[in-house]
Amino acid sequence: MKFLCIECDTVMDFAERQLPGDGTMTAVFACPRCSREVAMLTNPMETRLVSSLGVRVGGREVPEQPMELVRSQLAAGRQDAFTDEPPTDAPAGGAGQTLTVGRVAWSTDASERLERVPGFVRGMVKRIYAEWAAERGIGEITPDLMDRARAELGLEGM
Amino acid sequence: MRRIRSYAEVGPGGDEVPRQVAAQDARVRERLAGVRHVVAVASGKGGVGKSAIAANLAAALSALGQRVGALDADVGGPSLALMLGASRGPLAVTREGVLPAQGVANVAIMSSDLLLESGEALRWGPSSSEHLWQSLLETGMLREFLSDVAWGSLDWLVIDVAPGADKLARLAGLRVADLVLLVTTPSAASTAVVTRSAACAREAAPAVGIVANMTHHVCSACGAAHPLFEADTVAQLARESGIPVLAGVPFDARLAARTDAGAPIVLDPTPSPAADALRGLAALLIQAVPPRRSSTPIVPTAP
Repeated sequence: MKFLCIECDTVMDFAERQLPGDGTMTAVFACPRCSREVAMLTNPMETRLVSSLGVRVGGREVPEQPMELVRSQLAAGRQDAFTDEPPTDAPAGGAGQTLTVGRVAWSTDASERLERVPGFVRGMVKRIYAEWAAERGIGEITPDLMDRARAELGLEGM
Repeated sequence: MRRIRSYAEVGPGGDEVPRQVAAQDARVRERLAGVRHVVAVASGKGGVGKSAIAANLAAALSALGQRVGALDADVGGPSLALMLGASRGPLAVTREGVLPAQGVANVAIMSSDLLLESGEALRWGPSSSEHLWQSLLETGMLREFLSDVAWGSLDWLVIDVAPGADKLARLAGLRVADLVLLVTTPSAASTAVVTRSAACAREAAPAVGIVANMTHHVCSACGAAHPLFEADTVAQLARESGIPVLAGVPFDARLAARTDAGAPIVLDPTPSPAADALRGLAALLIQAVPPRRSSTPIVPTAP
């Protein structure tokens, strides 16, 4: 899917993504020559179709997490299916070491919100938000920042 | 009519979806670069003992000194983890990916069974329209089982494919298999369905073989072999399809019992014609299957 600014005969660039929270998505594209913008509005089924492919309209801002599609979309996942703890026989600093979540603090409200995320996906969600915050030099994650990250990253349902 | 450039003419930019799909494909290729052989155990027909064959093949290969992984692609009806006695502890998420569970004979295992709450079926999201995306999501799950599990260096990755020719077509889309083993019983109903799968199997891998399961029963008292089916439909299938029969596995009630208990019969030293046949299949594959071909991209990067 591409958007062409007919007047400039130029492919528009992805500019912004918004997730109102009702399953719909708004993706804004802008012409790099004349700055004209258009918003693509997808209904919940169209939004779901794209997310079922494991892709993000406009591209990814943070690297894909291991089993991101499965962990973000599977219902009835075991609460303790995944752990960020390294296996007991993993060599220090070598293979098998778990991913390091950025040194980002979580406000009380944000922590409470995170606790409401199902255990099956919580570790991955926490890591995604932490990496997003660390990349922007954000020291503390708040619910407002979680909303912003969710929209920017296209984390529908997280 | 005014001339507006088409999708193919305008060059890069836009939603980035093709590039992301190509990146997913590249992750699969990169992960499987450390795997020497990928063998898919499949059948158009359910209930022919496909998963038991896959579990015993994986265990037999491992018992012969091979490094083996087992991937349960029957994501809606997983049984491989149970059959291979996989530990059900949490799976560690590491820098290299998700560490697979460990089963008997050091077989590394990934299965949806390890991810679902006990007694829960595979379901996707809360919406009533989930059935619309089911195939996409199951394909995505299989892709992530391939690309995001830290399989490490393996001699064999055994994939237990869900029954149905369409599931073989899904595997063909991923283009990861070097060999497809089509499992069938000698019944006319089974071979008729498996015949339909033969074309999909050829698309899924450069080599295809038949494993005939429950071909006969060996009398434990006198050792005589008694056919379980009147007509030899497997020989007919092989003749008409040109696909060789690589193994004939006799019926053995202990095979099912041991496999259900997570202790594949091929690891049992008790004499068993069924175990011998499966060990023979493993030895044949080690001897005959060349290392996997160099990979080519599945999805070309769109302009």
